[in-house]
Amino acid sequence: MYNIVAVSFGEIFLKGKNRGTFESKLIEKIRFALKEFKDVKVYKELGKVYIETMHEEDMENIIEKTKKVFGIVTLIPSIKIEKNEEIIIEKVMELFKYLLQKQNIKTFKIKTKRGDKKFPIRSMELSALLGEKILNEFKEVTVDIHNPDVEVEVDIKVSCYISSERIKGAGGLPLGTSGRALLLLSGGIDSPVAGYMIARRGVEIDALYFHTYPFTSERANEKVKHLKEILEDYCGKFKLYAINILEIHKAIKQHCKEEETTILARRFMMRLAEKLANEQGIEMLITGESLGQVASQTMKSMVVIENSIDMPILKPVIGMDKTEIMEIARKIGTYDTSIEPFDDCCSVFAPNHPLIKPKLESILKSEGNLDIDELIEKVYSTLEIL
Amino acid sequence: MEIYLDNSSTTKVRKEVLNEIIDINENYYGNPSSIHRKGLEIEKKITQARKSVAKILNAKQEEIYFTAGGTESNNIAIYGLLGNLNDNNNIITTKIEHPSVYNIFKYFEKKVNVKYLNTDEQGKINLDELLSFVDENTSLVSIMLVNNEIGTIQDINKVVELVKSKNKKTKIHVDAIQAYGKIKIDVNKTMVDTISFSSHKIHGPKGVGGLYIRHNTKLTPSIFGGNQEKGVRPGTENTPNIVGFGKACELVYENFEEEQKKLYDLKQEYAKRLIDEIENIKINSCLNEIDGAPHILNVSFKNIRGEVLVHYLENLGIYVSTGSACSSKAKTDNRILSAINLNPDYLDGTIRISLGYFNSFDEIEYVVKSIKKSVEEIRNIMKM
Repeated sequence: MYNIVAVSFGEIFLKGKNRGTFESKLIEKIRFALKEFKDVKVYKELGKVYIETMHEEDMENIIEKTKKVFGIVTLIPSIKIEKNEEIIIEKVMELFKYLLQKQNIKTFKIKTKRGDKKFPIRSMELSALLGEKILNEFKEVTVDIHNPDVEVEVDIKVSCYISSERIKGAGGLPLGTSGRALLLLSGGIDSPVAGYMIARRGVEIDALYFHTYPFTSERANEKVKHLKEILEDYCGKFKLYAINILEIHKAIKQHCKEEETTILARRFMMRLAEKLANEQGIEMLITGESLGQVASQTMKSMVVIENSIDMPILKPVIGMDKTEIMEIARKIGTYDTSIEPFDDCCSVFAPNHPLIKPKLESILKSEGNLDIDELIEKVYSTLEIL
Repeated sequence: MEIYLDNSSTTKVRKEVLNEIIDINENYYGNPSSIHRKGLEIEKKITQARKSVAKILNAKQEEIYFTAGGTESNNIAIYGLLGNLNDNNNIITTKIEHPSVYNIFKYFEKKVNVKYLNTDEQGKINLDELLSFVDENTSLVSIMLVNNEIGTIQDINKVVELVKSKNKKTKIHVDAIQAYGKIKIDVNKTMVDTISFSSHKIHGPKGVGGLYIRHNTKLTPSIFGGNQEKGVRPGTENTPNIVGFGKACELVYENFEEEQKKLYDLKQEYAKRLIDEIENIKINSCLNEIDGAPHILNVSFKNIRGEVLVHYLENLGIYVSTGSACSSKAKTDNRILSAINLNPDYLDGTIRISLGYFNSFDEIEYVVKSIKKSVEEIRNIMKM
């Protein structure tokens, strides 16, 4: 049916002088997302970006991929044809028949835009002509110009574009227009969503994953790798780093109070993440923390945990309920993988009664029992790229 | 270094079997149902395989049906035997069956009264309880010959005697998937109706299994299609793997006593060495040859996590399995270990060592040392 998609991007227009940069970044990202398809052209014409294919049968998959490209607000699948009255009528009828099969239609409206004033038939006339043809062919539908079930648009420019469906894009800003951040990616539900939300604001991400093998399974690594692959549809290719923090857990278990385990371990994770980010020239961290969801995510816990580093931390899901986060996880396709039963941390190291109101002084005192620099060096040497 | 001690999960295919599978794929690729010579030549190979498979059970080849594996055999047999159930009927199985039997019985709870036999701490079923369960309405008893996790052997001949003494019409199915080729089974002495078994547990290929159906026993079909396997399991035969299965059976048959003795000796040596070297250990498998299969040694260590031990050992090139999985959400929930009433202190720390053709005495030293070292390390970390 469709051979072209018109892409519209909302916020990019607000960016004034940067608009050109954003547009070319967006075109680059669309081309990258569609590199598996043959004979696809992505180009700009009269202020709009178009994706055109020579293979109509690819269109559905092209739309699916393009829907995941940040910066796109709406996708308008269209039929591009030459400006010829007979062909326009034929294609409008064809599209209408297709729409009737897809949805329940009682009322419709035809809207013609004649950008090319040389085209001999005026907008109103063409709309009336097409409307009449549809009424004659499909007896069950009537015209409603105020609140129709479907609106078929005929746009006459350099070529003629016929469209009706409007598909919601991923929104946000094109990747690579706002810097880079390091996502602390666990196997859970929240952190992939957090990465998605920040990437959606144009930020390129890399990810860091902590595990305690052999107290956790290699399958947990595979699970995180799978989450990375799902996120890459949105975020583009990125690096997934892994660090084995078993030695840290051992040291904490040996020298510190059990209830402090989570806070202490999180402080180490932050230090390790900051170290990696600094080495990679990354300016911010991202976590999937949601206020009050677990012991380490209370206000007081976060104050104590973040005290261990200087780097700013982005927490895009901080104010969201679990159900809201789950909804996004389902939408972006990470949910089913996140709920697989392979944990990134063994319950052996989870305290029975973790602190929810830790005191910085007593945490610092406990850390006095540990050789922090040596532990960091030791586990940092396990750093690998998965 | 690679020491594979998870032969109850699956086994490595023997080279002789592999050669046979390649030969069939390359040279005997015909469909046995074809009337031309290409069909006939593979049909003859299948017949030969059927004979080899039958020999392990001392059965007639006409009583052997090839399936796609053990789970399918259990399903075809149990479904088939329960074809004419009515509401008054009851059916009996044990609490330690494999899921491919247990979950069918769970499903039938919706239709009839299902009774589950308890076991003692060795995993042996209670024969008095069996006697009390069977009545004139009992249509089926299904009992596994060798348990897959702890290796306990049930006295099936006694089961048959007791069941038939109360109800001659009761059908009996035996899941022999862990027993086939490992302990002697003779269908002329063990008068059950159906027996299921599988190829990949005896160094044959995966995706093929078998079902013994006693002459005159009728099964209600659950799969419909052509007349392959006399309608018991329609569908074009998995010819290369069936022939491979036959070859694996030949190899088992040739050296049965010798190989069985080797496995028992290995198992007993492992048990002895582990008990000698490691404190707070519990052997859950029966070591004698009447109650315990030759290839399965189930061991629990106090205050460790079985799953963590599996990962420690994989790092040392040793592959064992655990019935328990460590999860932050739930403590170990293992139906079989619960059924034998294993001490909770030991429950999480359970692993299964299962032996096969490729294992040897040379491995014991390294394996025992590795388990000892790993258990000590894990205990140290856990009690810190």
